[in-house]
Amino acid sequence: MNITFTKHTLDNGLDVLLHEDHACPIAAVNLWYHVGSKNERPGKTGFAHLFEHLMFEGSEHHDRGFFQPLQGAGATLNGSTNADRTNYWEVVPSGALELALWMESDRMGYLLPALTQAKFDNQRDVVLNERRQNYENRPYGMASMALLAALFPPDHPYHWSTIGEIADLHAVQLDEVHAFFRRYYHPGNASLAIAGDIDVVRTLDLVTQYFGALPAGERVDPVRASAALDGDTRIYIEDRVELPRLYMAWITPAMFADGDADLDLATDLLANGKTSRLYRRLVFEERLATDVSAAQNSREIAGFGQVTATAAPGHTLAEIEQVILDEIARLAHDGPNGDEMERGRVQAESQFVFRLQTVGGFGGKSDQLNAYNVFVGDADYFDRDLQRYQAVTPSSLQQAAAKYLDPAARVTLSIVPRDRVALAAHDSAPAVVA
Amino acid sequence: MTITRARLPEPGPSPPFTFPAIQKSTLPNGLRLWTVRHSQVPIVAFMLLVRRGAAFDPAGKEGLAAVTADMLDEGSGDRSAIDMHEAIARLGAQFDIDIGSDATAASVTVLSRFTDRALGLLSDIVVRPALREEDFSRVRQLRLHRLTQIRDMPGALADRAFLKLLYGIHPYGHPPIGTEASLASMTIDDVRSYHARAIRPGDATLVTVGDCDHQAIEDLARAAFADWTGAADGTVAADEEWPKGARLNIVPRPSAPQSELRIGHVGVSRDTPDYHALLVGNAILGGQFVSRINLNLREDKGVTYGARTAFEFRRLPGPFALQVSVQTSATAQAIEESIREIVEIRGSRPVTADELSLGIAGITRGYARNFETAEQISRAAMQLALYDLPEDYYAQFVPRIERVTIDDVSRVMSRHLDPARLTTLIVGDLDAIGADIGRLGLGEPVVVAHDSF
Repeated sequence: MNITFTKHTLDNGLDVLLHEDHACPIAAVNLWYHVGSKNERPGKTGFAHLFEHLMFEGSEHHDRGFFQPLQGAGATLNGSTNADRTNYWEVVPSGALELALWMESDRMGYLLPALTQAKFDNQRDVVLNERRQNYENRPYGMASMALLAALFPPDHPYHWSTIGEIADLHAVQLDEVHAFFRRYYHPGNASLAIAGDIDVVRTLDLVTQYFGALPAGERVDPVRASAALDGDTRIYIEDRVELPRLYMAWITPAMFADGDADLDLATDLLANGKTSRLYRRLVFEERLATDVSAAQNSREIAGFGQVTATAAPGHTLAEIEQVILDEIARLAHDGPNGDEMERGRVQAESQFVFRLQTVGGFGGKSDQLNAYNVFVGDADYFDRDLQRYQAVTPSSLQQAAAKYLDPAARVTLSIVPRDRVALAAHDSAPAVVA
Repeated sequence: MTITRARLPEPGPSPPFTFPAIQKSTLPNGLRLWTVRHSQVPIVAFMLLVRRGAAFDPAGKEGLAAVTADMLDEGSGDRSAIDMHEAIARLGAQFDIDIGSDATAASVTVLSRFTDRALGLLSDIVVRPALREEDFSRVRQLRLHRLTQIRDMPGALADRAFLKLLYGIHPYGHPPIGTEASLASMTIDDVRSYHARAIRPGDATLVTVGDCDHQAIEDLARAAFADWTGAADGTVAADEEWPKGARLNIVPRPSAPQSELRIGHVGVSRDTPDYHALLVGNAILGGQFVSRINLNLREDKGVTYGARTAFEFRRLPGPFALQVSVQTSATAQAIEESIREIVEIRGSRPVTADELSLGIAGITRGYARNFETAEQISRAAMQLALYDLPEDYYAQFVPRIERVTIDDVSRVMSRHLDPARLTTLIVGDLDAIGADIGRLGLGEPVVVAHDSF
């Protein structure tokens, strides 16, 4: 079970990954730029994401909306930015592949002549509204920012969130946008995957014609940083919520690093689904919480593990915190049982196969090829990725839980109703959120 | 070959799209079996559709259909709720129960080597749920907590309040979850009785899509569903009389940075002959990124992250609604602009030839991508079963959309959008916007009390 593909690197450094799948008469174009909010600096946050918006506002040879011609050809399209990378994709009827390549290559090579102050001001306003909608006006919406800020020190590139700080978004200037584009948006810092109903030879020819002449940019060095927690940072936020919620977070291994798959399975067996240990105790049996979840958030230069639970009315975050600590201690001491291991393995296998169903979009085969190519440096990683999960043993999982889910090196965040600070977990201080 | 940047390349012709064949048979108990072979990936997706949903809730027991759906996977026979979920997890299955106004659907997707075990579980869940008192008390409690949390969520709050404003006591006037009062009045006997009356094979369809064979599925289903009998009693019918409430309503959310808006009225049912023209008209008005309202409020004014409109086509007339969240200072402006766009597309500013061709192309040219995965195909087949659509519905879809004209759009938008009936709801900061919305000519905003919806 693998994704068969060919890889070519153009003279300007652009990686091109091609995968044929003729089941559906569509072609997926997926373009990654290896730039995200981790490439920003304190005081200049939110930049990579704001820039993603500007990529949809027209380029030199098509100085109008990016959506119209593609939609007219039957495409769906989108883009996204996270801490580590920015991606853009189109899924088109196979006959419209060349149009998608024209559009992507024009904005890679010729964005700046079309980038005006008016477009910039408009999209900054849109992003400020995205921030209001998804963070400020959403219950518990500021939690992720507070967690990142407490987990990683101020100069660490994961200290700030991708949406950016309001003051930074107001302060950013158009000339900084130009510099950012020249630094990061060039063939040598990009990876192009095309999957679906394509002919590999003809597609490579088209890609070479559209992208081959774009100048190679300056090499982008990997961002390096390290972080460690040396205690239990206890913070709270007052929010417009009815029920208090507790977050516990730890710094964990980076994506694909040793321990990453172990922690993925460990957080699953702790709090993913009704059979998980914490769901059973907190929601099912003791009814202390109304929901609980956990995740290993794998990123390029570090990960962070997280457990989240919302108190049921009449119960406290203190009760919930104790149960979470108990269950983590039990896992770190005894490891998983055989049923949990079997469940984890079959769920991993199923998820991998489910992901093979789409050629494009977020998480489709083209997106996976790019993820492996950009983060591992080898797109031929699908089977080895699955093997990471199959190689997890009860003892490796137990050791990872013991090492990384350390109660003495964590962040404990309470979100409580306004003016009800007493509901926060004990000894918490106000969180600093910009 | 040399490329030119002087003009955009002309796309080649769209490959023809054919919806895959559905093999059909019916079990003696009435359960319809529909199978589509789709073998690209070794997966099988089951979807069991029962054509009774939240609109079937008895008056005063709003939320009963959804609680019952939620109770289905809480154990079966000797299996406890935890045992049931352990069994699902051991198959690596994606399991879901979905409920809307018109239907309830239980779906399971698994690797094809688990086909028989997955179908066995699905039948245990739907046909033989344990429906125990102690599980009911927990499930209901969690739903009450959920209602508490919805009070904090501007979007969910707006959806609830808006349904009530539009529909009042009509079966579509409440969301599937129901209300605090109706949930509090419910007992496990209500759930058992609802299961006996509504979750029946006579009107149900099992859609199976994937790496599978119809006869094999039929053999498995015949055994798994053998002791399921009966037909759901009654149908949902209601007078088409809607409340005549205030035009401008507000749920106060002090110091909110954005106003969550809903603007609309009761629309049309799924069987309207205007369905295709309405899809095109709505795409141009607010159904796509390049719609009039999104381009206006987002790309021109920058006051929102995105705006959209939709006609919800259901068995009975469903809502037409604009949904948008705008910065508080732009509340009045956004309402004014949105209503103006709705008014104008009815005829004073008819859609242009370019808008029409773009709207049609957006729906038709990439149509095949809607049928890539087993779950997409099973959802599409489910639509046929749910709304009694003809066998050739998907084959006819693209040609019918392509035949829509400018006049068709003006005609259906004018027929099905009525500016005089538009109801506007704001979830937002009344103090900050109160003075500003007075100028809209929609009357004084009526404050909607939290306990009224």
